[in-house]
Amino acid sequence: MDQAALKKLPRGWKSIPSDLNSDQTAFKGVNWGKAMMWIFLLSDTFIFSCFLLSYMTGRGSTVLPWPNPSKVFALDFMGVPVPLLLIAIMTFVLITSSGTMAMAVKYGYEKNRKLCGTFLLLTAIGGLTFVGMQAFEWSKLIFHEGVRPWSNPYGAPQFGSFFFMITGFHGTHVSIGVIFLFIFSRKVFKGDFDSGRKGYFTSMKSDYVAIEILGLYWHFVDLVWVFIFAFFYLW
Amino acid sequence: MVENIKKEQATTHKLGIYLWIWGLLFVLSFFSYMVDWLQFQGLLRWTLILTFMFLKAGLIMAFFMHLFWERYTLVNVLLWPMTAIATFVGLMVAESKYTVFTRFFYFVLGS
Repeated sequence: MDQAALKKLPRGWKSIPSDLNSDQTAFKGVNWGKAMMWIFLLSDTFIFSCFLLSYMTGRGSTVLPWPNPSKVFALDFMGVPVPLLLIAIMTFVLITSSGTMAMAVKYGYEKNRKLCGTFLLLTAIGGLTFVGMQAFEWSKLIFHEGVRPWSNPYGAPQFGSFFFMITGFHGTHVSIGVIFLFIFSRKVFKGDFDSGRKGYFTSMKSDYVAIEILGLYWHFVDLVWVFIFAFFYLW
Repeated sequence: MVENIKKEQATTHKLGIYLWIWGLLFVLSFFSYMVDWLQFQGLLRWTLILTFMFLKAGLIMAFFMHLFWERYTLVNVLLWPMTAIATFVGLMVAESKYTVFTRFFYFVLGS
């Protein structure tokens, strides 16, 4: 859609019926890849909502006491147990990586190849750090404290299954994001988005809008963590 | 070509906005950690957790995910389905309350 025709369209509430009633594209002026990523993220929102909802239902309907997360996830620092220390560090690492991702998107649109690639690489390293700390947290709970999906030493046995499902599914999302961040930082440094070289997987030309689409996914991973942090660790 | 340049300017934003949001997210995360650290309980704890959570989620979506600058139709198509989730939450709260009632009634009191 060209810019002149876009300008003629109404803004605000009025634009909704006219956009959706018009033929061809519904989301005027929005890159199709970006719109599709948003639709995917919407479906992913429903998946995570179902996980958190089943956790809410499970926790709300058990007659046994729920394990106290601030004790379960405490970490000894110089002999003193600090509540949620590792989770707090993980939260700050993920927010930092979200910030560097936003920078990468900005410098991508400014066609600043080196800064865009550097920030993508930093984001990937942040994500890798997060996954590493999560692996540490899981192994501590599994091997040292004996938490299982069907039992745990603290209280209601459902705790383990919800914990492993929710954080595991989120961790999988982070890991997939890290893989793509490394691939795309390589593509940016190679200059694929400047030269319009075809991708080996999609065999299509791409430009820096791909970085924003990747950014949407990465920010979503951070967004989900905000909810997991609030409902699972703090509640 | 001129149109292309205009389009690029429309999709890039000032560095300051991102740094501000980044800082706010840090502060809000720190606050929500403090809720646990200071061991606030009951209604105060839940209100604070939910407030900080929605603020953080809103900031990430509006500015990091560019929804604030996005076309209105897309924003509406993405946000209205969230009411379905809210309804689902309401249904399952009622359901879990009923389940815990029957469990107490038949298994704990009845045994």
